Amino acid sequence: MAASFESRTNEEPSRVQALEEKVEGLVKRLEELEERATEDRVAIVVFSGGLDRVLAAFIIATGAAAMGQQVSMFFTFWGLSVLKKGTEFSGKTLSQKAMALMSPASSLGLPVSQMNYLGVGAKMLRGMMKQGNVSSLEDLIALARELGVRMIACEMSRDLMGIRETELVDGLECGGVASFLADSLKSRTSLFI
Amino acid sequence: MSQPFDKLLDARGMNCPLPLVNARKEVGKLEPGQVLKVIATDRGSVADFQGWAKIAKNVELLGQETESVDGVNVYAHYVKRTA
Repeated sequence: MAASFESRTNEEPSRVQALEEKVEGLVKRLEELEERATEDRVAIVVFSGGLDRVLAAFIIATGAAAMGQQVSMFFTFWGLSVLKKGTEFSGKTLSQKAMALMSPASSLGLPVSQMNYLGVGAKMLRGMMKQGNVSSLEDLIALARELGVRMIACEMSRDLMGIRETELVDGLECGGVASFLADSLKSRTSLFI
Repeated sequence: MSQPFDKLLDARGMNCPLPLVNARKEVGKLEPGQVLKVIATDRGSVADFQGWAKIAKNVELLGQETESVDGVNVYAHYVKRTA
């Protein structure tokens, strides 16, 4: 009896130590997994400057925010037009001036991606939305802000297209591909619109 | 299957995503355990409220019903704030 008790107590420390090491390893792995797990987030790239597409982006964004998701929208290339509050020409290169002249001065000037016909299509869609009591794009943008949707303007494409920060609405963040990926890798849903 | 409720939100005439967005705002004003009744004419709201309840951690969909008022379908959703 005494002998077996002694042998057990001799065994205990090493077994406890082995278990402790195992638990430590598991905790570490769990922490690593938690670090990489997706969260209740949605990341949307708004590449298009088409009124219809941008509308879809904002309906998803506001809907997701209402459902308790943390939403980030990254605006790049033609999508930057959505965030413009006006157009400046002075001090820009010739091609930047041409780009400024040909692109919408604000969300109100967005064309539709199909059947635009020099803006007639966009006007018609806006008219139909009003008639159908669908929120306007501008209402949805305001709603998105109210719901805490983060809006990020892509620095590289803004520079490339010669759009100045002063031409964009206030309250935006600026970022690049890494800031999008940091968000999208943590998101359950990532969309490119 | 009428249910008791603490607050009523009239979302008739509103379109996607407004019934959901406004319901979410109203639920935020409730105390945990209280129930919001939302009435809407947007047919998509039926599936939307089901989806919301499935995803959100602090709401439970107690029930949904449809009634016809002057030939127009009105959808009622009973949403309980659980936390």
